[in-house]
Amino acid sequence: MQFEYKVEGGDFTMAGVASSQVKKTLKQLGVDSSVIKRVVVALYEAEVNIVAHAYRGVIYVDIEGDGIKLKLVDEGPGIPDVPLAMTKGFSTASPSVREMGFGAGMGLPNISENADFFSIETQVGQGTTLQIEINFT
Amino acid sequence: MKLAEIAEKLDLTVFSGENNLDKEVTGGYASDLLSDVMGHAKEGQIWVTLQTHKNTMGVASLKDLSAVVLVKGFAPEADTLKLSEIEGIPVLGSDKEAFELCGELYKLLG
Repeated sequence: MQFEYKVEGGDFTMAGVASSQVKKTLKQLGVDSSVIKRVVVALYEAEVNIVAHAYRGVIYVDIEGDGIKLKLVDEGPGIPDVPLAMTKGFSTASPSVREMGFGAGMGLPNISENADFFSIETQVGQGTTLQIEINFT
Repeated sequence: MKLAEIAEKLDLTVFSGENNLDKEVTGGYASDLLSDVMGHAKEGQIWVTLQTHKNTMGVASLKDLSAVVLVKGFAPEADTLKLSEIEGIPVLGSDKEAFELCGELYKLLG
């Protein structure tokens, strides 16, 4: 089962829509609720990262019998220092984004903690691709 | 404890979700950082915050929280209220500061 969601940079009114749709689908499929919770946290954070940092992006969702694969491809500034970006509390979010309670430097760590597989490919000035996999069992 | 009982005992304003006050509250989480709530709040908890925008509803719904309580007399934005009704997550409010409200909530739920 495959889905695609477009995400616009800067549009916080739509942040979380893809996560909400995926949550509903996984519920309908009868996936274990503890697994759904992990998917939701990881996907929401990745979705918000595109909104907060990139110009636009696409979320590719691939649900198979034994797990879910998420690929988030964005056009954006890229991440100059991935280990630094992975550090809890580090953020490059703008003041206005922080005022909304985003940009606390917890997004990538939250993804990493909830994923069974997680990878970041990034090119400064071009964009970032995140791959997240979570097993159902 | 039911949300309605908490709302009554703590004299909370019910901004939205009046029909969903029979929910059971399992505990509370206080934070103004959305990623903190995403990462650490648990299903059924009541969320104490001063964030009034609609993304709080998105987070509360994704995390299956029971309700959001705004502190210090803050009121929710219009689109927050709309989403609150759609998601079935009540938005409540208090004039108290977070520290004080959390203390009272903890006494009730602890």
